[in-house]
Amino acid sequence: MTATAQKKTPLYDEHVQRGGKMIAFGGWLMPVQYTSIVEEHRTVRSNVGMFDISHMGQLIVDGSSARQWLNKMLTNNIDRLDIGLGQYTFLLNEGAGIIDDLIAYRISEEKFLLVVNASRTDEDFAWLDRHRVENVELRNRSAEFGGVAVQGPRVVDLFHELLGDDVDLPARNQIVDFRLEGMSVTIARTGYTGEDGVEVFFSASDAPKLWNLVLEKGERFGIKPCGLGARDTLRLEMCYPLNGSDLGFFVDLTKPDFIGREVLRQTKENGPREKLVPFRMKDKGPPPRPHYSVFNNGERIGEVTSGTLSPSLNWGVGMAYVSAPHAKIGSKIEIEIRGQKFPATIEKKPLYKKP
Amino acid sequence: MNVPDDLLYTESHEWIKREGENVRVGITDHAQSELTDVVYVELPKKDRQANAKEPIAVVESVKAASDIYAPVKGTVVDANKALESNPALINTDPFGEGWIFVLKIDNADDLKQLKDAAAYRKQIG
Repeated sequence: MTATAQKKTPLYDEHVQRGGKMIAFGGWLMPVQYTSIVEEHRTVRSNVGMFDISHMGQLIVDGSSARQWLNKMLTNNIDRLDIGLGQYTFLLNEGAGIIDDLIAYRISEEKFLLVVNASRTDEDFAWLDRHRVENVELRNRSAEFGGVAVQGPRVVDLFHELLGDDVDLPARNQIVDFRLEGMSVTIARTGYTGEDGVEVFFSASDAPKLWNLVLEKGERFGIKPCGLGARDTLRLEMCYPLNGSDLGFFVDLTKPDFIGREVLRQTKENGPREKLVPFRMKDKGPPPRPHYSVFNNGERIGEVTSGTLSPSLNWGVGMAYVSAPHAKIGSKIEIEIRGQKFPATIEKKPLYKKP
Repeated sequence: MNVPDDLLYTESHEWIKREGENVRVGITDHAQSELTDVVYVELPKKDRQANAKEPIAVVESVKAASDIYAPVKGTVVDANKALESNPALINTDPFGEGWIFVLKIDNADDLKQLKDAAAYRKQIG
């Protein structure tokens, strides 16, 4: 993809103006950082940070059969979702391969908002449209909307500063519409950072106004604009699943039918061959990276899927696929880095816990 | 972006400072800014011989690992141990405290292959 083919979010000019370092990500030009990934990461852990998530896709599913149909398309159980609530869930193909992970919000009895990954939006839409049945409408409203994630322990203070002390923040996983200085905004209490936080959706034309308002009001709470780099490291510290064999919590196998169910059921019965485990390096040294080999007593047992130096722990951490018999918490493993093996330990999730 | 006039440069973003028979090598301000926060540096061993464009050190940021190349043929005579405890020196002072290694050069003529500040400025736009 050439530079000219990259899409810009409605906040692009704000990022550039504030010194955001722009990179291509999933077909979009996004800020990877403004000043420092480590600094932005720590701001989210200690105060509050704001991320542009306008690149994420927004699909609307509507119609008298919407609920029933969507429950066959997604792994989690939509029937357990009250109006005004959202749930993390997966879109699978027949082989239980992951098309995308997403959050499904129930807006009304038969109307749903799906917030999907930027680079998967078109594929998700095509897949859903291909499986669509009568009395289900599907609409991609991504281009008309912008979004930000505001994450960190001071988000509650900031919310009250913006909307007034007498206005309640939505409960965890709840989605609520508000008016804010003449703008219509939808606020959901959710996020991928492991901190308290919200995701805010608004009309694309309001994006710069909202962005600057939040930064201005957030100043006294130490807010910083944050890039994709910090989003990545925050997510890794929490060990949020990035891939399929680790769907556990977000799959309801008791549902009578959904795409991918049969394969997942068999996997559960026979046990998976590989498991995704978090690990921590034993000593200070080079940070682990994707595709490094994992060893146990000289035998290659798997591969690192993601890794970095954790800004919160100041220590090398990562996630790896290892063969199931070796996937025990506390097991000693070794990570091969440039031909040399470095000791590490399989840890419990999450890698980072609030002190 | 800072590109000092008195240094030489490579296409791969190392800077080179002539010190008699030796050259001191680091990465440019542009390179450190592209890499983001440096969290680990693997230094070359003393007495190691290297050809031009051979990877001899590794600089790792939060995001990725990057090879650092010998700008010319030579032998490593010194490496910046301070980076082992404080790798962020590469971000805060890339042309000074953040130097990475010193090479004794085989042939001073090899330096003619390197870019001057004007050419490097043009490269990074």
